[in-house]
Amino acid sequence: MNEEPLWTIFLNASLVNNFVLAYFLGICPFLGVSGKLATASRMGGAVTFVMVVSSLCAYGIHAVLMAIDAPYLQLISYIAVIASTVQLVEMFIKKVSPTLFKALGIFLPLITTNCAILGLALFQTNKGYNLIQSVVYAVGAGLGFTLALVLMAGIRENLALAKLPDVVKGTAVALMVAGILSVGFMGFAGLGG
Amino acid sequence: MSATLEGPTTTDEFIKGLWKENPVFVQVLGMCPTLAVTNSAINALAMGLATMVVLVMSNAVISLLRKFIPKQVRIASYILIIASFVTAVEYVIQAVSLDLHKALGAFISLIVVNCVILGRAEAFASKNDLVKSLADGAGMGLGFTFALFLLGAVREVLGSGSLFGVAVLPASFQPWVIMILPSGGFFTLGSWLLFFNYLSKRKARKAALATAEVAS
Repeated sequence: MNEEPLWTIFLNASLVNNFVLAYFLGICPFLGVSGKLATASRMGGAVTFVMVVSSLCAYGIHAVLMAIDAPYLQLISYIAVIASTVQLVEMFIKKVSPTLFKALGIFLPLITTNCAILGLALFQTNKGYNLIQSVVYAVGAGLGFTLALVLMAGIRENLALAKLPDVVKGTAVALMVAGILSVGFMGFAGLGG
Repeated sequence: MSATLEGPTTTDEFIKGLWKENPVFVQVLGMCPTLAVTNSAINALAMGLATMVVLVMSNAVISLLRKFIPKQVRIASYILIIASFVTAVEYVIQAVSLDLHKALGAFISLIVVNCVILGRAEAFASKNDLVKSLADGAGMGLGFTFALFLLGAVREVLGSGSLFGVAVLPASFQPWVIMILPSGGFFTLGSWLLFFNYLSKRKARKAALATAEVAS
């Protein structure tokens, strides 16, 4: 069992080992929906929610799989749970806010293949977190993802106004910006020891 | 075959993944493993090969089952098929080289959510026959491996002054530690994209010039 205090888990997941900028998880939506600030923050909210739910489920599944001694089913059952959670969120958003549903577009179902979520489930299992630690880890990771996404969106909104050479436009410049952001996040290393 | 006259041939399906539709440089798919495990050439190659195996196998199975999978549950079925192969590949890597398994860590399991694989399943294997799907999977897989290797090689040479663990730069070379850190991944991929953008822009300009000359 892991004895890590909750606040270091939270700091670790959200800042020091930011899922996007240090672990490279969830790069596709990071590059895909970071065009507009409003969409980015809502996408972050959706991802955080899916993360917390799948983290809870992953904890339960792991306990069951250990009890029946079938660890090889881990990956398959995790991904099945994540896919159903995403389906749920998708129906919910479609009902509550059709505009947001349109803005997120293809990236909503693609939360299923957002590696940040499966990565979270796998990491928490590897680290042997208990139920409360897992939830804190999920919330931290989700907020960290949202933070990175919102920062990126803010920069890209301004970048759209800048005069750039043709060659650099699009993904290339987004990656460069991400690299610089990642250097910035390295400054958090050692925080919360 | 007479059909080859109209549609692209099996060889075309294989070749396109290598260059024209390279999953990393052109389609910008599968970014997570691309950036995360390319801090050395050997990790990059291993990851590329593992992905390629899963890609070819899942393409084959999905192509064979394409008439039996109902449209509504296809994504879920694809994911489950892919997850089974990834589990198999993970156990094989663990059996063959424990060091490699440790170096790649959770990223082997994360092949499941590599958008390249699901993308090919949805865009290609679900509509084409077995042979073409195999060729497409192999081509895309090779293209992916090639891209990963380019990234891994650059990052290892600049970041630790070696390639495949063998020193290639003189000892006086001060390694750029940032290249093997996360930010180095973003910078390297960004630079490669710049390079490929430049190539395609130059090609377009030359083609435009050539047509202008013909016209005058």
